[in-house]
Amino acid sequence: MPPVLEVAGLSKSYRSGGRPLEVLKQVTFTLNDGDTCAIVGPSGSGKTTLLGLAAGLDAPSTGSVRLCGEDIGPATEDERARIRNQFVGFVFQSFRLIPTLTALENVRVPADLRGDDEAARRASDLLTEVGLGERQDHYPSQLSGGEQQRVALARAFINRPRILFADEPTGNLDTETGERVADLLFELNRTAGTTLVLVTHDLELARRTGRVIRLRSGAVQEDTRGAA
Amino acid sequence: MMKWVLSMAWRDSRGSRRRMVLFVGSMVLGVAALVAINSFGANLRQAIDEQAKALLGADMSLESSAPFPDSVEVMIRDIGGDQSRRTSFSSMARFPRMDGVRLSTIRAQDGVYPWYGEVETDPPAAADDWVARGQALVDQTLVNQFELVPGDSVYVGGNGYTIAGTLLQTPRESAASGLFSPRVYVPLAGLDSTLLSFGSMADYEVYFRFTDGRDVEALADSLRPQLRPARIGVDSVIEERDNWDENLTNLYRFLSLVGFVALLLGSLGVASAVHVYISQRIETVATLRCFGATAGATLAVYAVQALGMGLVGAAGGALVGIGIQLAVPLVLADALPVDVSFALAPGAILLGAGIGVGVTVLFALLPLLAVRRISPLRAIRSQVDQDAGERADWMTWGIRALVVLGVVVFSIIQAPSVGFGLAYAAAIAVVFGALALLARLLIWMVRRLRQRTLPYVVRQGLANLQRPNNQTLLLTLALGLGTFLIGTMLVTERTLLDQVDLSGRAGSANLVFFDIQSDQVDGVREALVEAQVPVVDQVPIVTMRIESVKGRSVRSIREDSTRQGPRWPFTREYRSSYRDYLTDSETLVEGALTDSASLSDGAFPISVEQDLAADLDVSLGDTIVWNVQGMMMPTVIGSIREVDWRRVQTNFFFVFPRGVLEGAPQFVVILARSPDEAAAGRAQSAVARRYANVSAIDVSLVLTVFDAIFSRIAFVIRFMALFSVLTGFIVLFGAVVISRIQRIAETVLLKTLGASQAQVMRIMLVEYIALGVLASLTGLGLALASGWALARFVFQAPLSTGGPGLLLITVGVVSLVVLIGLVSSRGVYRRSALDVLREEG
Repeated sequence: MPPVLEVAGLSKSYRSGGRPLEVLKQVTFTLNDGDTCAIVGPSGSGKTTLLGLAAGLDAPSTGSVRLCGEDIGPATEDERARIRNQFVGFVFQSFRLIPTLTALENVRVPADLRGDDEAARRASDLLTEVGLGERQDHYPSQLSGGEQQRVALARAFINRPRILFADEPTGNLDTETGERVADLLFELNRTAGTTLVLVTHDLELARRTGRVIRLRSGAVQEDTRGAA
Repeated sequence: MMKWVLSMAWRDSRGSRRRMVLFVGSMVLGVAALVAINSFGANLRQAIDEQAKALLGADMSLESSAPFPDSVEVMIRDIGGDQSRRTSFSSMARFPRMDGVRLSTIRAQDGVYPWYGEVETDPPAAADDWVARGQALVDQTLVNQFELVPGDSVYVGGNGYTIAGTLLQTPRESAASGLFSPRVYVPLAGLDSTLLSFGSMADYEVYFRFTDGRDVEALADSLRPQLRPARIGVDSVIEERDNWDENLTNLYRFLSLVGFVALLLGSLGVASAVHVYISQRIETVATLRCFGATAGATLAVYAVQALGMGLVGAAGGALVGIGIQLAVPLVLADALPVDVSFALAPGAILLGAGIGVGVTVLFALLPLLAVRRISPLRAIRSQVDQDAGERADWMTWGIRALVVLGVVVFSIIQAPSVGFGLAYAAAIAVVFGALALLARLLIWMVRRLRQRTLPYVVRQGLANLQRPNNQTLLLTLALGLGTFLIGTMLVTERTLLDQVDLSGRAGSANLVFFDIQSDQVDGVREALVEAQVPVVDQVPIVTMRIESVKGRSVRSIREDSTRQGPRWPFTREYRSSYRDYLTDSETLVEGALTDSASLSDGAFPISVEQDLAADLDVSLGDTIVWNVQGMMMPTVIGSIREVDWRRVQTNFFFVFPRGVLEGAPQFVVILARSPDEAAAGRAQSAVARRYANVSAIDVSLVLTVFDAIFSRIAFVIRFMALFSVLTGFIVLFGAVVISRIQRIAETVLLKTLGASQAQVMRIMLVEYIALGVLASLTGLGLALASGWALARFVFQAPLSTGGPGLLLITVGVVSLVVLIGLVSSRGVYRRSALDVLREEG
């Protein structure tokens, strides 16, 4: 069984003001099934860039990313979309629920894209699991921030992803709600055996993962493995 | 995947459906115009088919501009069937009760014709037996001008007739036929024979009805070659139907091309709205891409929505179009020879709706293609470097090519000819391109302007025209196009009317008496002196035909199928004059005018008008042999003149020297200058009383007639242009509503920073005034340019700007823009900052 995520010599540079700007420099790490990892660092350290590249949302300038054994570097955007749909789940800081869809419809989007006939039932089950069984037909604007992020969690897990990328999942929530959402995230992760990659400023949250990669100016400053 | 695309398209449209309907609102009128005009066209063709016999009123007709020769009379007798005669000519109709006269088309007929179709009169009973009772029917124009009522009398020549009623409709003629020269119908029997004396032009017609079931088309075909040498035309039901069909088809096709502009404008509105709509969907698209939706699938979601919008718009447009279809016959009533009844035309409805859907989807696809380039990264960061994706790819170019191809193909299908269609498509490109260019220029100027020291409210209002996702260019284009159409109509109308008006005022003559026999000249001059109307000029006229040109007979030229150029200059009857001077309206281009000549000298020099010289392919020294009423007269081209045909003068294609035509049968035209309308009326009445065959044209009346004709044409074109104007305002309404979210955000920010509600409102006011001024200046700029081009190249006249009319258009456009802008923004400037911040929180 290959590692779930293999990142090797990953670099990314953009042109800014006519000059190349290297935002990620030679990052290398590997995650196996069930691993949990937090990527931390100050603003502008390259955390989100690393998440985008590792999740196949963008193509690296140099280096490689293998997701569940598939090299996503040379893949086309549509091939990467297929890989994401098959293996990856996402949780975003600002929830990214589609405002015109109900909670249930939002959750089933990834399964619908896959053509899963069981999408509706699974979505309903997941919503019940995150405590929103009674609010399936509500639109995002009718839900609180915490509820919206719980819907996003349900959506992230509907395709039984092998890896989940969470970008500041509690960043838009108050402390209490954030803690409840984090609990739920780790619980779902444990139950499903999913690998978790967490980008966060919150060191408390980072400490709940088994590994913390600290970035500074686009390079790995520290890679520590904890007890979690 | 299709299932997901369809369900996602439906779900994603929630909350936007009202706005989407508004997007398509801008193309509803365009589709409606096409459906209405094409449906009407279908109704019209059906009416013409059904009422084909009523168009001619008979099974067959023969027509000649001279009395039928004896040999043809024998032929007519042998053809048999029921026959009816009609003679038409121009003459003065005199109305004693009002002491008025007017040059009219007199139709003298025997009362049998028409056999098919109905003669409609007011009162209806007047149509029965008016011939038998020796009465007359007159046109509505005359009734209006002289306040005629049944029982009044009209004099045609020396004969008086009691007016039975007003003629409303008769076979072969539309109501508009009487506009230029009003018609007076009188019985043929007992017609004043002096009216048809030498020099008078008349049309002689004989109509046939056959009840023996013979093949009329075959008969007409066999008669045509026999009668052509005698210049006698043969008309049958099918030919008459085809003529009307062709002319009216061209008319409605032209109107549908005007309507198509509205559709294109609406489509631009759709494209712009979709652009804004998609910019509000970027995050949703990015999220879908994160979860595995391919670029094609996300594009398909929004393409399906565009298709849905197109279908809704087309259906709405078709319904509105069917409603408008009812109004079209009213607009075109004067031009129609048949009653057009309303019937649904499924073909026309499907065509209009289909074009609407196609155009909407194509125009929506242009901004929609950007969906493919939205990176999933946008879900995790708002700024994404997408420069590489901004370049147009093959699909973008393909859609652009399809848009161009669609416009060209539609233009060709709808236009009377391929050349016309291509020219129309090119004209659309030029107009849209020029409007866009002008609009950009004005926007650039506004941007420069706001850098100067202006009050904050004005600077902010002008700056709003530059906001991200602004629709300033689109709105300037949409509103400018409507202004352009109205402005061009106004400028052209004024240019033409000024021409006629100036001719009447600046020229020396404003009354023209013609068809005067040589022995009547002194009497006419006497009558004019009595009426205190001085004679300006007296011109002799001799009728003649060309026998040969450069030694080649007209017959052989006519039969030469390889010859290029028009044939009419060889076959027509010429009315020429003789004199030893040039008039004000003539300029010598080549050679010299010959003062006098003698028939004994052989071929003598004459002067020819330069355009006709080109048509006849003759130059100085070339010979023309004339048939002057039986006498052959050899001539050579001695000079070539340029003639200003617009001047109220007796202008001629050919001018002969003195000394050769004096002995030929001739008639005289007298030009006079009346000081006022009353004197003109007195002079015409006095001459008409003395000489029934002498006709007069009052130039001031020509102006009125011209005005009336132009007004009717302008009304029809304005009716169609209205679709574009309204579409422009719908696009404006839609654009304001679509950008509402952005406007609310701006308003809240301003209020948070301390702006009062009044200030926010004034900023909006400045924005809409600037937009209205931009749009109207863009439209008027182009209207003046196109008006100048029309004046210079088509009418060859100086441009008239229309004066206060253009100013009025500007004020109207600006007022409407401000009104629509403020009404559709209502609520935006009233929102409290806290409300919105709470919503966002």
